[in-house]
Amino acid sequence: MKRLALILVLLIGLLLAWAAQDFPRWGDPKSPASSSSVSSHFIANTGVDTEVPNMVTAVLADYRGFDTMLETVVVFIAGIAVFSILKGGPKQRTRDREFVVGFEPDLIVTNTVRLIVPVIQIFALYVLAHGHVSPGGGFQGGVAMGASFILVALAWDLKTALLRFSIDRCFMVAALGIVIYAGIGFLSMFLGGEFLDYAHLATVLPVSQEMARYHAMLGVEVGVGFTVTAIIFALYASLSSDGRMRDGL
Amino acid sequence: MSLEILNTLILSLLVVVAVLSLWVRDLVVSAVIFAVYSFLMCLLWAEMGAVDVAFTEATVGAGASTVVLIATVFNIKRKAKD
Amino acid sequence: MLEEGSIFNALLVERLNYFIYVVLLLIGLWAMIAKNNLIKKLIGMSIFQTAIILFYVSIGVKEGATIPIYLPEHDPHGSSVLADSNSSETILAMPQALDASLVPNYTNPLPHVLMLTAIVVGVATLGLALSICLRIYRAYGTVEEDELLIKLEEEDNRNSGLSRKRRPRRRNPRPSNQTKQGSSSDSKISDKPKRRRSPKSQNPKSTSGRSPTKPSSKDTQSGSKKPVRRKRTNQPKEGNS
Repeated sequence: MKRLALILVLLIGLLLAWAAQDFPRWGDPKSPASSSSVSSHFIANTGVDTEVPNMVTAVLADYRGFDTMLETVVVFIAGIAVFSILKGGPKQRTRDREFVVGFEPDLIVTNTVRLIVPVIQIFALYVLAHGHVSPGGGFQGGVAMGASFILVALAWDLKTALLRFSIDRCFMVAALGIVIYAGIGFLSMFLGGEFLDYAHLATVLPVSQEMARYHAMLGVEVGVGFTVTAIIFALYASLSSDGRMRDGL
Repeated sequence: MSLEILNTLILSLLVVVAVLSLWVRDLVVSAVIFAVYSFLMCLLWAEMGAVDVAFTEATVGAGASTVVLIATVFNIKRKAKD
Repeated sequence: MLEEGSIFNALLVERLNYFIYVVLLLIGLWAMIAKNNLIKKLIGMSIFQTAIILFYVSIGVKEGATIPIYLPEHDPHGSSVLADSNSSETILAMPQALDASLVPNYTNPLPHVLMLTAIVVGVATLGLALSICLRIYRAYGTVEEDELLIKLEEEDNRNSGLSRKRRPRRRNPRPSNQTKQGSSSDSKISDKPKRRRSPKSQNPKSTSGRSPTKPSSKDTQSGSKKPVRRKRTNQPKEGNS
């Protein structure tokens, strides 16, 4: 059976490799992917429409904002699903871990983490806010922030981290992120435009239409950052404690 | 020219690391080698000019994904049979 | 073999990148099928996903192009300062659309955007799959595929026998009426004693239960003694009253 799988995989590989000779030369500026009208429009018009230097953030949060909203919802659903899969089900038989982790928090690790975690969080906020101008944005900043909570859980134990960011609060923050995102969309709709059409926010904010899109992108990225932070930590908390939320790694 | 050499070097390392990650028996070692794979991907994308994707892969792939894998492995048996 | 125009040249020299991406895809796919441990399968899935993302991002690369962030001279915030050396006032230039000739200087941002979403969804999928692995371990005690298959088969065998045992038992045994008429539940209930007792002379007739033996059950009932006490649901006493 495994031999059959190997032969099949090799056949597929040969097929793919044979098809690969039809690809354009790597890095060709005239290849169909690089010279399509959509991407040329994005490259040329991002500055005019939104005044955001980072094209990727502009396309992600403005031109393709609907995709990003639904992706945030997907992350949220994954977090809830992991939590409910591990919390529900038959009662866990009490079972010793095969590999027992040391109980005492180490002196060096805890003191280093105590110094580093605020810096990480400030850096995460910087990445989130600066995503318009440099590589970054909501996802990266959100994951870095969630990782700071995971670091607290690793240095001490899961209880210490859960004292600071309990699971109910996690899900509330995650839902708040989606509400912020959809709220900005609905606000634009109520002001007369379409859903997620940020230019209409210029009627309530005292800025021009392009800057309205700029600021709405920031708001949207903040929403994404909230959700991703909470869900990354909830994922770690559920998985490392097998749903029990008592002892972690 | 040197960029192409770098590219080819990282790509060949990538294949080696991928095979190695699936070969070792200990699952924690496998997860750590998978983190190396993520970092090499991040390098590759940074060299190609995809900086946002590299940033995301560095945090999500090498950070969150590895931690979540190791956290799970600590709850099950560490040694795989093959 | 490596002459110009042959397939090996086209593949291994010019398009080496694509070839290696195909190799990575194969490694991931093979791991998902052939590995025994469930966690290794998930690592194979992640390798597969990242290899696809690598392929996708690499088709948007342009030679000699810079990252998809505006260079300072094209910066839309109008930071191009048009001032002569004497005056201190700066005239902010209005942002204008980039010239079409300058477009090839920037890498295509569209694959980056799509793959950002793909990476994040990939980690969400990985988390979900790992939680299912933990539940499997909780239920069966193993995450190896062959052991799992054996345990699942055992459980299936047990369950297929169990489906007959699950009928509700009656507390008070009705005195031996083997009436099969009227109640279709008889036939189901009568299966149980068939399993409990060794095949007796009456069992085939009584527990076959369906219509062929119905008329005969009356005969046997009156004639033969019933060592088998069958528990029945509400049934009228057979025939004799």
